[in-house]
Amino acid sequence: MNTLFRTCPQSGLQFDKTAETLMKANAVAGVVFLLVGGILALLVTLTRWPAVHLLPADTFYMTLTAHGIDMLIFWIIFFEIAVLYFCSSTLLRCRLATPRLAWLAFALMLIGSVTANVAIFRGDSSVMMTSYAPMQAHPAFYLGLILFAVGALVSCFIFLGTLVIAKAENTYEGSIPLVTFGALTACIIAVFTIASGAIILIPTFLWSVGLISHIDPLMYKTVWWAFGHSSQQINVSAHVAVWYAIAAIAFGAKPMSEKVSRTAFLLYILFLQLASAHHLLTDPGISSEWKIFNTSYAMYLAVLASMVHGLTVPGSVEVAQRKKGFNKGLFEWLRKAPWGNPVFSGMFISLIGFGFLGGISGVMMGTEQLNLIVHNTLYVPGHFHATVVVGTTLAFMALTYFLIPVLFRREVILPGLAKWQPYLFGIGMGAFSLFMMGAGTLGVSRRHWDIAFAGSPMAYEYPATAYLLLGLMAVSGLVAMVGGAAYLLITVGSLLWGKKLEPVSYRKETVPLRLAPGAPAIEAHGGVGVGGFAAPGTFVLALVFLVSFVLYYFINWKYLSQTWGLS
Amino acid sequence: MSNTNEATPPERIPVMQHILDNPFLLLFLGVAMPTVFYIVWGVMEIVTIPVAK
Amino acid sequence: MSAILPPESRVWWKQPVDRVEGMWIALALIWSLIMFFMMPYWHVFGKQNLSNEAYRTTPEAFSAKAQAMVDQYTVRTETEQKIPVVRPPAGSDVYLISRLWQWWPILELEAGKSYRLHLTSMDYLHSFSLQPENLNLQVIPGYEGVVTITPTRAGKYSVVCNEYCGLGHHTMVSSLYVVNK
Repeated sequence: MNTLFRTCPQSGLQFDKTAETLMKANAVAGVVFLLVGGILALLVTLTRWPAVHLLPADTFYMTLTAHGIDMLIFWIIFFEIAVLYFCSSTLLRCRLATPRLAWLAFALMLIGSVTANVAIFRGDSSVMMTSYAPMQAHPAFYLGLILFAVGALVSCFIFLGTLVIAKAENTYEGSIPLVTFGALTACIIAVFTIASGAIILIPTFLWSVGLISHIDPLMYKTVWWAFGHSSQQINVSAHVAVWYAIAAIAFGAKPMSEKVSRTAFLLYILFLQLASAHHLLTDPGISSEWKIFNTSYAMYLAVLASMVHGLTVPGSVEVAQRKKGFNKGLFEWLRKAPWGNPVFSGMFISLIGFGFLGGISGVMMGTEQLNLIVHNTLYVPGHFHATVVVGTTLAFMALTYFLIPVLFRREVILPGLAKWQPYLFGIGMGAFSLFMMGAGTLGVSRRHWDIAFAGSPMAYEYPATAYLLLGLMAVSGLVAMVGGAAYLLITVGSLLWGKKLEPVSYRKETVPLRLAPGAPAIEAHGGVGVGGFAAPGTFVLALVFLVSFVLYYFINWKYLSQTWGLS
Repeated sequence: MSNTNEATPPERIPVMQHILDNPFLLLFLGVAMPTVFYIVWGVMEIVTIPVAK
Repeated sequence: MSAILPPESRVWWKQPVDRVEGMWIALALIWSLIMFFMMPYWHVFGKQNLSNEAYRTTPEAFSAKAQAMVDQYTVRTETEQKIPVVRPPAGSDVYLISRLWQWWPILELEAGKSYRLHLTSMDYLHSFSLQPENLNLQVIPGYEGVVTITPTRAGKYSVVCNEYCGLGHHTMVSSLYVVNK
């Protein structure tokens, strides 16, 4: 096997040449789908803005179906495969397992994603991302998703294979890095996700071509969500791993405690996927015991894990900053952080947005009884635009600014715009989510073409505030889209016209990672912080978060208690 | 703790660290948990729903 | 050295946990348990819970029961389609059909009284969204969910479908009346 390696002079990271090309291919494919999904986002937003109401109903539902699938599945998973290859081959300084198979996987994913898009844009597969049976799409729709899933599954096993090779060939010593462990978590969740997708989509495909006569709608919905929701849990694990990576890259931050962070990832592995139950809380026929156990990730242990990551990522940044001398008071470390560096600002906005907007709303919504007052309203997409767009997408955008010089060997063009991009996108999207959630609490439905119910003799009249919130939502969405367009312009522009960095030479051997001989056992963080707390500023922020969480949670119980009795 | 040299036997690795260092054990756990609690339990509930009178 | 490198020493499990992390984990765990126990607590002491009562059904069987209710308790009809408005007695079983793109019939209930509401769909998935209360229940074809509802205030309510069900989805809205005796 002719494997060639290069070491990046800026970052010291080592790339396997084939893995490098595969990372580029997957990342670029992801960004192309982000572009397509972004254009569709514009059309969807302008239609849901009542004052504009751009598209006719059929085109709107078609556009919304494509927007959901291109963003939630294709953009994110393509990018995640690049992250998986990076976290295994690059971080472990190892050759990638079976590169030929990796190309086959990439080809399957590409063919699958194009097939599904063609099916949707033919106009006879406007079934939304969820494609609930018995509503039927064109067979090519299911086939495309299946091909994509198979390709993604193969990529996951290539990641695992690379871990095995790294261990066997001794390219590192000790345990895998924390970021690779986070990627492993994402990979494990992906395996379950994709397997569930196969269990449900293969029979559904056979049904669409007439080989199976009936798909049970409730069974479909239950198993589909093991795929649909878990795929968002891949994103959570992946973007948390990216947060840790960026803290390490931008600050040289050490994890505060390997034990705590890895145990938190273990809680993700064990419990995060149970939350697929969030989508079945008002469904008939499934017991409250099942709902309570699954919706709470078995006693909220995965929420506990997210709260731990939410503390340890900024906490490790704080410790690193304090060691550099920004040790005054509670927040000097944060004030003196590199706010003009989009790698850092993107990560930090992603973290705050994911926690405050996405996390709190998600737990509220995922409470068995509280779900009654939000199910299928705009609150739901409001929540997941905070998690998947502000959380995952923005974290991946931040990582891109690091990857352009390191992986693609180009200078980032338009640095002035790049500096502002995370703010435009993050704040625009955060406001968009918030207004969407607001409209949802007023009862506005998701996936609904016309909240004025044109053509219906018994139209319901939403309060004027709902219309106002939808207008504000659309305007914030446009701001976010300007941010998204800026990202695409900078990324694509840098790859095409960015100044080439000095060429690096490839060699045949890897430079293995070695532990410093006789390194002492890791100790606690002596010497920094206030009052025996290594990261007091982060702790204060965490308490602010907890107080907001508790208040918001109980306010919703109060709302629920005022509504009709149900038993 | 501070001075270690080549001669001292390597420190024993705690059990939890062994578990966290084993990707395939984690893969098994990560697939088994939701399969049992979410899918199998859920599907059993659905198939035992009685027929309406 | 950092999160993108292997831990500095072979054994990292024994590193002492910083006070910040220890306290936060304790707080987060307590909060997680509180949230968990809120759900069973509400089942016992709260007034808004879903029943676990559900049956397998067919469009024919369910339509027959709904038709029987309509035949017995219709008080008037509304709209050009002459959709019956039914006023079933308090405490009785009421049947609401959802289908492309209509709720049938229109219900008229008494404030403060309880009714056993049966919901199913004749075709695709729908979702019962009561406005402006903003109470939302998933409706699934082939399954009959039963929930006891107790309207609080008199007034005219709307039942919106908030599960995407095809091109006419946005026209699927009906009224629901709550009256004082």
